[in-house]
Amino acid sequence: MTIWIAIAATAVGCYLVKLAGLLVPAGALERPLVQRLAVLLPVALLAALTAQQTFSAGQSLVLDARGAGLLAAALALVLRAPFLVVVGAAVAVTAGVRALGG
Amino acid sequence: MAGQDSAGQDSAVLRDALGVGVAVGLSGFAFGVTAAGSGLSVLQICALSLLVFTGASQFALVGAIAAGGNPLTAAAGAFFLGVRNAFYGLRLSQLLALPRALRPLAAHWVIDETTAVALAQPNRRAARLGFTVTGLTLYVLWNLTTFLGAAGAEAIGDTRAWGLNAASPAVFLALLAPMLRSTTERVTAGLAVVLGLGFLPVLPAGVPVLVAALAAPAVLWLKGRRIGDRERTKGEDR
Repeated sequence: MTIWIAIAATAVGCYLVKLAGLLVPAGALERPLVQRLAVLLPVALLAALTAQQTFSAGQSLVLDARGAGLLAAALALVLRAPFLVVVGAAVAVTAGVRALGG
Repeated sequence: MAGQDSAGQDSAVLRDALGVGVAVGLSGFAFGVTAAGSGLSVLQICALSLLVFTGASQFALVGAIAAGGNPLTAAAGAFFLGVRNAFYGLRLSQLLALPRALRPLAAHWVIDETTAVALAQPNRRAARLGFTVTGLTLYVLWNLTTFLGAAGAEAIGDTRAWGLNAASPAVFLALLAPMLRSTTERVTAGLAVVLGLGFLPVLPAGVPVLVAALAAPAVLWLKGRRIGDRERTKGEDR
């Protein structure tokens, strides 16, 4: 039940912000501070989520095969690989390191 | 001639749109598998892809639920990640000039990829085509592959043995990388990593990522102060 509450809240919230962008008059969100915050907010969230989902198990910090996978993804990004190759590299390297006992 | 030009332009738009759509649509498979590994039912996972349809928020929500977070805290993290879509919508509404009646429908497709493809087009006609084809391709594939991943997760067994638990952070990193254009973005990302990991052991699940989001206003505030200081010492306008 609690999972459905989370799903419903996320679905409604995410749809309303998408719609707001299309409906709100252009001037409203054009203030420089709001614009800059809108650019930086996803940067902060994505960076924190990347780190947390790579280096945590529950509430403790760990270094395991996912670290190697993320490194592979970073390398693929530097080489300008397409999205699918980036994710594929992370998955393959993580699986490989884990198979080797990492 | 004009007909040939726009036909050539159309096929270029279609190639762009289908390329992005197929690549990202396939990562829906990784989402389905990850979500199943987090303990969600196939119905719940498909509902997320059908109704939320913004990948980063979906991965974030599922990650927070897996970590045992409060459902509203988990939804808050996913929501804040989705706020950027409002700003995409703002740029798209000027570019696409959609009739008001179509906007509630088009809104569901306002995401990173459709915006990127639409903004890359040289005119309104191509932008509309790019938005529509990318949106349609992504929506169909993302939901189809989500279902396949969720339903196939049991057959796959331990998702960690296949390295599939690295898919979600890799998706985040791939979305983040092109945003790290200047020092401001890099400092924000660095501070967010420190906050996100530092508070992880001490705050309830789902809350550390919200604390990390404060890196954005913090860096803007510090930047504003530094510019203010410089202006004061120089005594001139920027």
